[in-house]
Amino acid sequence: MTTMTSTHTNPTTATTPGADAPISIRAAGFDGFYGSFQALKSISLDIPRNQVTAFIGPSGCGKSTFLRWMNRMNDTIASARASGTLTLDGEDILARSVDVVDLRRRVGMVFQRPNPFPKSIFDNVAFGPRLHWRHSRADLEDLVEQSLRSAALWNEVKDRLHASALGLSGGQQQRLCIARAIAGGPEVLLMDEPCSALDPKSTASVEDLIRQLRTAYTIVIVTHNMQQASRVSDRTAFFFEGSLIEAGQTETLFTNPKSKQTEDYVTGRFG
Amino acid sequence: MTDAPHVPVARRLLANRMFLAACVLCTGLAVCVLAVLIVSIVLDGVHRLSPDFITNFASRKPDLAGIRAPLVGSIWVCAICALTALPVGVGTAIYLEEFAKRGRLTEFIRINISNLSGVPSIVYGIIGLTAFSRFFGWRSGAEPIEFGSPESLLYLRLPFGSSVLAGGLTLALVVLPIVIVASQEAIRAVPNSLRQGALALGSTRWQMVWRITLPASLPMVMTGAILAMSRAIGEAAPILVLGAPLLVLETPANLMSEFTVLPMQIFNWAGRAKASFQEIAAAAIIVQLTVLMSFNALAILVRQRLQAPLQ
Repeated sequence: MTTMTSTHTNPTTATTPGADAPISIRAAGFDGFYGSFQALKSISLDIPRNQVTAFIGPSGCGKSTFLRWMNRMNDTIASARASGTLTLDGEDILARSVDVVDLRRRVGMVFQRPNPFPKSIFDNVAFGPRLHWRHSRADLEDLVEQSLRSAALWNEVKDRLHASALGLSGGQQQRLCIARAIAGGPEVLLMDEPCSALDPKSTASVEDLIRQLRTAYTIVIVTHNMQQASRVSDRTAFFFEGSLIEAGQTETLFTNPKSKQTEDYVTGRFG
Repeated sequence: MTDAPHVPVARRLLANRMFLAACVLCTGLAVCVLAVLIVSIVLDGVHRLSPDFITNFASRKPDLAGIRAPLVGSIWVCAICALTALPVGVGTAIYLEEFAKRGRLTEFIRINISNLSGVPSIVYGIIGLTAFSRFFGWRSGAEPIEFGSPESLLYLRLPFGSSVLAGGLTLALVVLPIVIVASQEAIRAVPNSLRQGALALGSTRWQMVWRITLPASLPMVMTGAILAMSRAIGEAAPILVLGAPLLVLETPANLMSEFTVLPMQIFNWAGRAKASFQEIAAAAIIVQLTVLMSFNALAILVRQRLQAPLQ
């Protein structure tokens, strides 16, 4: 299905990995299809470890599709297929032999709309760990507390861990989903427009959280909100009609873009 | 546009009132029919209800007759039906909704299952007679093969004949499409975002089904299951075809015992000329209705109880 092309270099790649930051996810000549429709065209992009990379671009440009290939969530769509190189720590993500269950433990995902399970707060956070390990009750309780603390939610919920997660506010639910995603101990966190269903105050709290989490995780965030991209990300990639137009340091991309299309988009002239 | 003539307000209000009146009339009609039915049956049969009526076996003398055998028979048949139809039905629904690839074949299966719920139950009776009672004519005329001793609850005799096991399995066929369709609807009602969330955390499909989809759809699955059971307990036709005896003077001791069910007993008594038999038929109907209503009440209770923590 795919070939490992570690020597692959694409002259049009706009990425120069931030100084000598190690690469977490690398795409080279990556094509993504839904049936005969090509949603992603020869994407080459390096996502450095422990940084926040934002994907921006108009609706339908392929940024969410790309994100969903990184943990193979596109496997659930029968018509989706991909070719080219996509690696996590040098290992092929697309290979048939990849254990998607383990891949998804290593690459966590937070969705556009908070999707807490209709279970208690505790059981939501413990869901991932219970799938993958046999923790003792005490260890599990520790892990849930740590995860909720990392997601800046512990103080708000510590007295009602066994109450339904559906009783939380939208912003709390999204932070719970982040806690749930990190409880499994992932290396990478994929966030698909994590704030688009939230009010401004909740958005601010989730953005704060993303900035804190970058020290421990590689984060890729899809966003429609360019202010958000500039607030939270170290690097930004601009997608348009299935192609990666430009990628680089966020500040550079917003203030001094190389491509005219990028400039038009970030200055709000289209999109 | 503003020059267009007004629709007179009075006319719209009149139409509104007339529609409301029509709706009330329809509802009233339905309720009236039911009320007349229940009242006439209660008037006929209530004086026949007594502890003896519940605990006595059937008898040639209406004053001594009771419904012990059909009542216990109904419970046996219903339990066998539930134990077989529910796992198979819910399992089928899970497969069709969560695992089967969407394609012509699954679509064909889906449509046919919906169609099966419209097949008259007497047809299932014939299938049950052929498949369970006679094993498609296998060893017809020969002595049945026995497993275990008749004292044991799980005593088996092949073919099953007109045993309580054959009855339960036949009713399972009757309600299986209902259970499948209700469970499919329940599973389909679970938001996809929950499935995605479970998969994204590294669940296998089975873990997703067992930990998320099934618990979330359980209230609706249970409701469907209980309503299917209330259908099963009201069926007389398929049991009739199986050749259940008209007069049963003992309660089932094992899966191979002869049996009868409440609707059969009602059918039997209601067909007799003597007025006193009509009365005990009415009394049996009251018992049957009570069982049915408690099933439906249970369904409502289960739905409310299980759904409460999800909100």
